[in-house]
Amino acid sequence: MLLQAIAFYVFAAVTVGSGAMVVVSRNPVYSVLFLILAFFNAAALFLLIGAEFIAMILVIVYVGAVAVLFLFVVMMLDINVAKIKEGFLDYLPIGAMIGAALLAEILFGLGVLGGTAGTVSTFSKAGTQALVLDNTRAIGRVLYTQYFYLFQVAGLVLLVAMIGAIVLTLRRRPGVRRQRVSEQLYRSKEAAITVVKVPTRGGVS
Amino acid sequence: MFTTVSTFLTTNWLGQAILILLECLAVTVPLLVAVAYMTYVDRKVWASIQLRRGPNVVGPFGLLQPFADGLKLVLKETIIPSSANSVLFIIAPMITFVTALVAWAVVPFNDGWVIADINVGILYLFAISSLGVYGIIMGGWASNSKYPFLGSLRSAAQMVSYEVSIGFVIITVLLCVGSLNLSQVVIAQAGWFWNWFWLPLLPMFVIFFVSALAETNRTPFDLPMSEAELVAGFHTEYSAMTFGLFFLGEYANMILLSAMGAVLFLGGWMSPIPYAPFTWVPGIIWFCLKIAMLLFVFSWTKGTLPRYRYDQLMRLGWKVFLPVSLGWVVLTAAVLQFGGWVPKH
Amino acid sequence: MATLDRTARSFLLTELVSGFMLTLRYMFKPKATINYPYERSPLSPRFRGEHALRRYPNGEERCIACKLCEAICPAQAITIEAEPREDGSRRTTRYDIDMTKCIYCGFCQEACPVDAIVEGPNTEFSTETREELLYDKDKLLANGDRWEAELAANLQADAAYR
Repeated sequence: MLLQAIAFYVFAAVTVGSGAMVVVSRNPVYSVLFLILAFFNAAALFLLIGAEFIAMILVIVYVGAVAVLFLFVVMMLDINVAKIKEGFLDYLPIGAMIGAALLAEILFGLGVLGGTAGTVSTFSKAGTQALVLDNTRAIGRVLYTQYFYLFQVAGLVLLVAMIGAIVLTLRRRPGVRRQRVSEQLYRSKEAAITVVKVPTRGGVS
Repeated sequence: MFTTVSTFLTTNWLGQAILILLECLAVTVPLLVAVAYMTYVDRKVWASIQLRRGPNVVGPFGLLQPFADGLKLVLKETIIPSSANSVLFIIAPMITFVTALVAWAVVPFNDGWVIADINVGILYLFAISSLGVYGIIMGGWASNSKYPFLGSLRSAAQMVSYEVSIGFVIITVLLCVGSLNLSQVVIAQAGWFWNWFWLPLLPMFVIFFVSALAETNRTPFDLPMSEAELVAGFHTEYSAMTFGLFFLGEYANMILLSAMGAVLFLGGWMSPIPYAPFTWVPGIIWFCLKIAMLLFVFSWTKGTLPRYRYDQLMRLGWKVFLPVSLGWVVLTAAVLQFGGWVPKH
Repeated sequence: MATLDRTARSFLLTELVSGFMLTLRYMFKPKATINYPYERSPLSPRFRGEHALRRYPNGEERCIACKLCEAICPAQAITIEAEPREDGSRRTTRYDIDMTKCIYCGFCQEACPVDAIVEGPNTEFSTETREELLYDKDKLLANGDRWEAELAANLQADAAYR
């Protein structure tokens, strides 16, 4: 139990610390790398409370795909760091207010700040369910029965977003010659070459 | 004596820690030897495909060649380019190497022979194998040089693309197994060798293998380090053991993906014929044979195919593999549902 | 029907499989290469390798310091200084070949009237430092002594065509 507590505080400290470094660090590539570290430690925290499915999905989706694309983009940018950090102090109050609001919401939700502990009981209900089944199965049970329509709608929203992104970025330029692989593969010998009997000193007209 | 040692190892916390350490060593040391000999086998296979002899001077049949190479890498000077970002430059090869080793924790070598028999084993394997790309990206960026940078950009885009189809392949296998535990995956394939998933899911096996080639930056997809255009790609600036770690990590990753292929499609530790003389052979030997077979195909591919062009690589990933694997997931799910073969657990 | 056939072939990856089978067949063919440090391919008597200064059978060096080789050398790799010896014969006091400059054209051995400077069959004279490749007269004479048998045999074999 002690070991678990130590692990929790280490992971939590690293998460918070690297989260802070994401905002503070001067080089955007470092920011993304710290973000990855934060994701990783968050996954470790999920593992500690026994939510191994969420932890793995966090690593696969966020660390394995999303952050790679972030890094991909950020690496290619030639950012003047000093210019970006110029307005940092001006935006600080607004940012701090939004952060404080979010923190307050979380604390209310957990019932720490005065509110009733209603939400906590739903969490614990999910927890007791997880004891019976393993939590991958538990998530599946809930997701594909109780929340089936919501899940489908979420998928539809993502589909629309994807189509939107493609429509916005797709350009049709005239005169672009594309490689058509199937055409190349289906080209027959007859279409490609003709065998000509060349008479001596005659040449091919 | 034996009983006291075994009780110490299983009950005392210090003993348990030592036991875990021993287990890790028992996996890592043979793995590193396998990596060393994989480089040897690779070179021998390419050589014989090209009618050459390959390494044959150091030791009998050149068998000590990998150790000579390793010694050379250890003894050379590690050069850090003056314009490089030295912290990331050093960390990058370590990440590649460590992620390639860490993933082995969940691979079942035999019935019950697994360091961590966790119930999301496949997801863990998939997650860790998707992390290997960071070593390459960071190494390419930290080198602060154009060829490594281009190599790492290519690698990032390539790995993300092919991970998608590997994900769908894994989902198909999961549908047939009904569990995320790798030992369960193997047990679900019990029986004759045509009961293993490679035959019922043959297109997925092909897609898995091709995507594995892309994930490990092996030949038809070795654009991140294509010698013709990018010198050596992301490890152009690396020398000595920093390069050695990249190299080891790459080969360890290859063996890992072969092991993954063996577990998902070739029945893990199962013997191909479930009757007497074959079942006497320990499962780990079957498992190693299957890995060796897949690794041979890796080398064989390198000896056979030319390199893809970058746009063709992306086309294959997104326009061929993604729709085919997605379609196969739906097809498999439908067949399982309407054929009444949904695995019950 | 032809389209169907082609489509089926492309989905079954027949071209890929036949390519793989080809390389697999090649794997078991006999090797085309030789086991180099232990086996060697034959060399022509005209092969132009490392230089050597030859001697007459009585031990007298052949070179008479005519400097024809120095004159003809297109890479200007040869440097010769000469003065009469005590017995009055004309000999070199210095005969250097810069092997890093030499292009192994063989003009020096063609120019030599007494078959003194020749290019032998040796190709394995790599060194660890650049300085070791600046050959002087002692080195060249030592080469000549070492390779005399082969050099004489090569000259003998080629003599009929000159």
